[in-house]
Amino acid sequence: MNLGGSDLQDLYQEVILDHNKRPRNFHAMDDAHKAEGYNPLCGDRVTVYLRVENGRIVDASFQGSGCAISKASASLMTDSVKGKTLEEVEELFARFHAMITRAPDEPIEDLGKLSVLAGVRQFPVRVKCASLPWHTLKSAVDSRDDVVSTE
Amino acid sequence: MTPTASRSRPALDVQAVRADFPILGEPIHGKPLVYLDNAATTQKPQQVIDRIARFYQHENANVHRGVHLLSERATDAYERARETVRRFLHASDRQEIVFVRGTTEAINLVAHSYGRSGVGAGDEVLVTTMEHHSNIVPWQILCEEKGAHLRVAPMTDEGELRLDELERLITDRTKIVAVVHVSNALGTVNPIDDIVRIAHSRGVPVIVDGAQAVAHMPVDVGALDCDFYTFSGHKIFGPTGIGVLYGKAALLDAMPPFQGGGDMISSVSFERTLYNVLPYKFEAGTPNIGGAIGLAAALEYVEAVGLDKIGAHEDELVTYGTELLSAVPRLRLTGTAAHKAGILAFVFEGVHPHDIGTILDREGVAIRTGHHCCQPLMNRLGVPATARASLALYNTREEIDALARALDKVREVFV
Repeated sequence: MNLGGSDLQDLYQEVILDHNKRPRNFHAMDDAHKAEGYNPLCGDRVTVYLRVENGRIVDASFQGSGCAISKASASLMTDSVKGKTLEEVEELFARFHAMITRAPDEPIEDLGKLSVLAGVRQFPVRVKCASLPWHTLKSAVDSRDDVVSTE
Repeated sequence: MTPTASRSRPALDVQAVRADFPILGEPIHGKPLVYLDNAATTQKPQQVIDRIARFYQHENANVHRGVHLLSERATDAYERARETVRRFLHASDRQEIVFVRGTTEAINLVAHSYGRSGVGAGDEVLVTTMEHHSNIVPWQILCEEKGAHLRVAPMTDEGELRLDELERLITDRTKIVAVVHVSNALGTVNPIDDIVRIAHSRGVPVIVDGAQAVAHMPVDVGALDCDFYTFSGHKIFGPTGIGVLYGKAALLDAMPPFQGGGDMISSVSFERTLYNVLPYKFEAGTPNIGGAIGLAAALEYVEAVGLDKIGAHEDELVTYGTELLSAVPRLRLTGTAAHKAGILAFVFEGVHPHDIGTILDREGVAIRTGHHCCQPLMNRLGVPATARASLALYNTREEIDALARALDKVREVFV
């Protein structure tokens, strides 16, 4: 696959394309915290479901329609937050957000599987696609049932 | 002022036209720019850029106020711009030409001013499925305020208005029909003359959103017989922040002012204000003088190239592009009306339009992806978003080829 530019390859890594095609945890959950996120720029919609017990996320899933970046981000996110306490998740979101917004020439932290989304840094208009599921998750934790917008 | 493209030739000399637009030489990610986002905004020819610079270098002052030479020059240039717009739209009188910020403000002006005096509780406003948000929301606000109802004329799967349904939806309570001339998301050219005839037979006025029409086909408001016509300067090679409301003098005259302020009055006291004559009644405050003058230069440019030639050139590109894109596996065109202008919109099975837009951008190809400010239309089409290539007079067959090649890249990544 010759994409004619390494930044495009950074953005659409195999892992991201795989999560886009076969998203993990892609289903609704009953009796769960849930919130809906919406990006009016591109029409992306994502609903995040969380099961929380004693301040710890025991299960996470999502549904919705969106671009490859937002779908992969939601898929990777739901995988990575399972088993973490709410404090740990909040901290992870802060680190993830720093990773996708830092200038392309600055060093970034290794966030394991989530690091595949670091390529978004070179595409400022796509940062919201990657962060939408996380903002929605935050809202689901707070269990506000309203729609979160990236605007 | 004469465009280099105006030398009389049977067909449009696209290379001569391109030479007038300096930005077309701008490299994008190291590749030649292929600008196919003209429905969002168009690029500006040197003639327009120079005209605006000349205004600020030699003519700038406020209009209708000063007795000094510069104010005279500015007023003269501003009013000549109005005359150019009148000629361009084939309106009968310059008092029917109101300068506004853009199509959105023109529609809001009519919704606010005509709506305030002419629409009441239980009345109806008729729009269509394919309207831009700017021709929906102002009417929604009006209906909410007045207790009136918004009705929606449907379209076919191909993106053609159902005129029979539109006719059926006009009732004794219908106060205005608001319809787009050319759909920004589909490219459909609506039969405005038929719509006006139907509406007028029931005594209902028609406002036309012409934002996507004026750069692609000659518009004659007299022949169309529409009551209001609106367009934006920046979509016809002029600057942003300037647009036009055409309205029949009798209607405009009967309408209350939109905004109050300077220039729209003839006399003010704390007891009573007398409003200025048309069109100034609707131009409160210092207008966008430089914008109006730049717009006039753009209209003169388009007139010199020839709208018939432009239309024929773009039709050829749409036909060529339709053929080329129809052959792309997994691609489906959205908007296949028999009469279209300048738009190639599509969806790609399994690939979100946003991802298409990013990959195309890296190939130098600028398109728009998203809902195109037409969410009700997207719902009708059953898609969250589409990708849209939109054409202008400076686009070429080679650029359509570049679009198709860039779409091959999308397939490489995703399929």
